[in-house]
Amino acid sequence: MLEVRDLSVEIAAGREKLRVVEGVSFSVGRGEAVGLVGESGSGKSMSAFAILNLFPSPHARIAGGDIWLEGRNLRGLSAREWRGVRGAQIGMVFQDPSSYLDPLIPVGRQVAETLRAHGRNEGAEARVLELLDLMELPSPAEVARKYPHELSGGMRQRILIAAALALRPALLIADEPTTALDVTVQAGILDLLTRLRVELDLGILLITHDLGVVAETCQQVHVMYAGTIVEQNEVGALFRQPRHPYSQGLLGSMLGPDSRAGNLFSIPGSVPGARDMPAGCRFHPRCPIFQPGLCDTGEPALVDRTGGGSDRCRRSGEFDNAWRRTA
Amino acid sequence: MWFVARRLLHAVPLLFCVVVLNFVLIAATPGDPVTILVGDFPAPPGYVEQVKREFGLDQPIYVQLMRYLGHVLTGDLGYSFANRQPVSTLILGRLAATLELTLTALLLASLLGIALGMLAARWRGSWLDSGVQGIASTGYSIPDFWLGQLLILVFSIWLGWLPSQGNMSVRGAPEGFAGFLDHLRYLLLPALALSFRYLALIARITRAAMLEVLSADFILAARSRGASETSVMITHALRNAAAPVITVIGYNLGFILAGSALIETVFGWPGIGRLLFDSISRRDYPVMMAILLMVSVTVVLANLATDILHRAIDPRVGDR
Repeated sequence: MLEVRDLSVEIAAGREKLRVVEGVSFSVGRGEAVGLVGESGSGKSMSAFAILNLFPSPHARIAGGDIWLEGRNLRGLSAREWRGVRGAQIGMVFQDPSSYLDPLIPVGRQVAETLRAHGRNEGAEARVLELLDLMELPSPAEVARKYPHELSGGMRQRILIAAALALRPALLIADEPTTALDVTVQAGILDLLTRLRVELDLGILLITHDLGVVAETCQQVHVMYAGTIVEQNEVGALFRQPRHPYSQGLLGSMLGPDSRAGNLFSIPGSVPGARDMPAGCRFHPRCPIFQPGLCDTGEPALVDRTGGGSDRCRRSGEFDNAWRRTA
Repeated sequence: MWFVARRLLHAVPLLFCVVVLNFVLIAATPGDPVTILVGDFPAPPGYVEQVKREFGLDQPIYVQLMRYLGHVLTGDLGYSFANRQPVSTLILGRLAATLELTLTALLLASLLGIALGMLAARWRGSWLDSGVQGIASTGYSIPDFWLGQLLILVFSIWLGWLPSQGNMSVRGAPEGFAGFLDHLRYLLLPALALSFRYLALIARITRAAMLEVLSADFILAARSRGASETSVMITHALRNAAAPVITVIGYNLGFILAGSALIETVFGWPGIGRLLFDSISRRDYPVMMAILLMVSVTVVLANLATDILHRAIDPRVGDR
């Protein structure tokens, strides 16, 4: 249903043009949830915004690639046509539901905004109540009249989801939808997303830094690093056998029941900026199995591996966990 | 409602201080009201004494203050020596002209200022934006009375399009709608001169507030729902930017009132500002004090109105 091919995003910084997303490809089917995982600065959010051609910064733009949605290439649409796609064919929910809702407008009207923006004024109010009910919000009529500050974080996120799904889009982009919420509330939102995915046959693109969230919600996962996808696989397979040292490191830094202060793992260093991208494999300065001559020349390609999945590591499969050097 | 009552109650001690301060300040200025009353020619000392007694000027200052306060409380603003009329009659007669001028200037500044600020924010970085920013910075630094004189020079003297003095044609003033239009011709230049500085301020604040709101997350969210730029500007941005703009409009209303003293003088507008100017030059103290008190009351009320509007717009403010 959604097919992103070779997508690149540029941010203009003065005269410079910084590539923050480079050659990213992935697809999302109907009723499928796909995770885009990475640290902040990995380009995962920028990739998501690119699908709507709507960026938080006026300096960002799609620099290359194609976005196919239900057989139509969205690249080259006019501004007006893009507006027709947003909200109608693709809905989006965001990280912090309190700042993504207008504080001065009752939430019901913000849900209705999706309908009105696309000329569906008739029956908008009834549709809003129906949606709030679908989001498992108690007494929808009452909630619709409330202002954002009168609702809890979880309720606000449900409002944002209702607004995103008002026109039954085929795809929902969820950018860190649970990051700003309490853990207990988080689980409720993830359950809701899964239920909606099944009931509405909805495709979900989930952007997160939290592999736990991916494990709970997604079928496919793409691990992003420094603007590129470094590994892609089914969720189960990736968790069982991550191939790229970066994926292995991310999994290793997840908290588990055995985690104790003192034995916590984190990947040393930080994601390089688009300005000082290392030559060769983008991860090599932080990689525990970096091999001079092999890893620092020419960017490695995303290679399909036997047994499913693909990754960008030239030493792929040598270690089960490169960080502990266990073969 | 409680909020309004509480705020009005707070205004009482403030206004009391204003009255006392006015009185003391004016009593401390050099110049003797008796001299003004009896004229510049040397009056016989007996007559001066009699006048002083008649108006209570022979009493100590605190007694005079108490008497003045008592009179103000009962609505008696005193007697204008220079005009030989009760102050309240004098002010009431001029009130309509000043209200007309200041309200027109307020409306002009608010509507144009907000519109220009919005356009500049919408097309940030364009020639339109630069133009608005130019107007904003020059407008704020031009003294209004000088601008008034400049407007007279250009539109009345060089071009001869508009009259420069008064508020209606003295000879053969037309009736009905034509009379209204005649009146507007007189109103235009002084209202423009008076509003310009205010307009510049409002345009600048509107632009800044809009730009800040337009970068807010909920604007991005509205766009992600397919909302058009116009709808984003009006339903979300303008509403959220309204709070700082209304604050600036309300809290700076005093400037318009103060400015009207000079503008009315420049344009010969028969209002309270002109009366204040004349009273200052004639040392007509009761009139000066009454006008200063009136301006203070207006500023207090304008601030109150600002706070009420603020509450009406933002559901998070106050005890709703």
